[in-house]
Amino acid sequence: MTEQKIEGQGEKTEEVLILAVESSCDETAAAVVQNGRQVLSNVISSQIDLHTLFGGVVPEIASRKHIERINQVISQALQDSGKCLEEMTAIAVTYGPGLVGALLVGVAEAKAIAFAAKKPLIGVHHIEGHVSANFIEHPDLEPPFLCLIVSGGHTHLVIVKDYGEFEILGRTRDDAAGEAFDKVARAVGLGYPGGPKIDRAAREGNPHAMEFPRARVGEHPYDFSFSGLKSAVLNYINHARMTGEEICVPDLAASFQNAVVEVLVSRTMEAAAAFGCRRVAIAGGVASNTALREGMKEACGKAGLAFYYPSPIFCTDNAAMIGAAAYYEYRKGNRAGWDLNAVPGLRLGER
Amino acid sequence: MKILGIESAAMAASVAVVTEELVIGEFTVNLKKTHSQTLLPMIDRLFATLEMEPSELDAIAVSGGPGSFTGLRIGAATAKGLGLALKKPLIHVPTMDAMAYGLYGAAGLVCPLMDARRHQVYTGLYRFAPEFETVKEQWAADIHELIGELNGRGEPVCFLGDGISANRAILEEEVKVPYRFAPPHVSRERAAAVAALGAVYLAQGRTETAEAFRPDYLKKSQAEREREVAERQGEMEKLAAGIVVVEH
Repeated sequence: MTEQKIEGQGEKTEEVLILAVESSCDETAAAVVQNGRQVLSNVISSQIDLHTLFGGVVPEIASRKHIERINQVISQALQDSGKCLEEMTAIAVTYGPGLVGALLVGVAEAKAIAFAAKKPLIGVHHIEGHVSANFIEHPDLEPPFLCLIVSGGHTHLVIVKDYGEFEILGRTRDDAAGEAFDKVARAVGLGYPGGPKIDRAAREGNPHAMEFPRARVGEHPYDFSFSGLKSAVLNYINHARMTGEEICVPDLAASFQNAVVEVLVSRTMEAAAAFGCRRVAIAGGVASNTALREGMKEACGKAGLAFYYPSPIFCTDNAAMIGAAAYYEYRKGNRAGWDLNAVPGLRLGER
Repeated sequence: MKILGIESAAMAASVAVVTEELVIGEFTVNLKKTHSQTLLPMIDRLFATLEMEPSELDAIAVSGGPGSFTGLRIGAATAKGLGLALKKPLIHVPTMDAMAYGLYGAAGLVCPLMDARRHQVYTGLYRFAPEFETVKEQWAADIHELIGELNGRGEPVCFLGDGISANRAILEEEVKVPYRFAPPHVSRERAAAVAALGAVYLAQGRTETAEAFRPDYLKKSQAEREREVAERQGEMEKLAAGIVVVEH
């Protein structure tokens, strides 16, 4: 192991290698991450083709697939990293939020590995993982910064005050942004997963072909609501079908996407101005959306703010982001016990 | 030779270390607490109490199902993680086989019953003649269908498992052959039986890698059954659109 000195302290710190496991939804993933920022391996076994047959993730099928794949994925991650289990400093695992049956596979597996290999165990919050995905490719990014977290299950606007410390400014009151993408895609016959399908269709469409409503949530300036928008789109589709009017799918996709992106970008920029944030990041599966990336890039550019976003491979559910988040938990001395349980409804900032 | 047994298919959370001759240690609780919180702490305490290192194990025997889908996966993932880290083989012990093996030497048929709700049970038929023998491999049965089969065989039978309390009135009413219910110390799933039968399998070379191990649920998931119907009826598009597919 290489050792490095921290200046001024004269103390030697070891190189921290974390084997991270993620199984909260429909990706079985494992990664080896060095010192929180350097990804030595990142293996993802996706079940997406299987769930596409059902138009969405089926929890029992996801859990069964995780059990079948998890050892192969972990072994591959170790092999790709060029390190062995004995060299790991700690084992990390996502314990919530997510599908309980799916989470339990990773949690039980990681606990058993940590126990047998005599390594400390670190329980990681899935959303903190998404936020931490930004650290992987941006060595200069450090808290505090503003972060918009958008995925199939979450829509949060937070100030990352320190590693693992969040001030929640706003959240969705109903559907998550990614959920709205999935529902609209399904209604218009684009299929699952909705995000990438809408994104692709929208490239050929006119974002102002139809104007859909952008909701505000009363006295909560940074909260989101997407159910009204979703209903408006679904009503439009139903109306068109009843009157025999042909729906231009690219126009519809572009207009819907534009409404979502506009709301996400405008709230984020308002929060950045109000709280004096000079750095803005996005995270989560929807952070892969090209229109959102472009919209944020442009708005941040105009306002003179630094904008950070992860590569698509670190936006989707992956274990490298869990390893990144776990590193800072490790540094703080946070360790999980052998009774660590899956917490499907784990809230952001909760331990 | 030392084998770790893991049993988490139903309500019991149970772990044991067994040699050819002896149960060195066993922790068993029948509590309605999630196995996720009990199983590994029990394994940890068992090894600490026995002053034993996990690396001393030769193999890990797991109650492989049927049972609660989630319970089976917690046991399986625990065993797979141990197997991966320790580089030891796993032994898949069918849950009904292990339950029956716990009644070693019983006369007549041994019939484990695991409640699968709505008068369905997971069961199997076994005897000691004089060695352990599977008369009928484990399967999911309607309780009335099972009783019909037992009455037809005309042999005395010993029942065990939580399927007794769930179907007691029906059993007492319909079973016409001589029958008994197992006493409490052998009435439920136990890891010592899983490990002891696992030792027999190990001697026969019936092991598998930690990678390959997966539970045997005996039942397809609701979604898989729906998919088969959709395929048969040419309604895969409906399935993908999230519309419930009904069998014609």
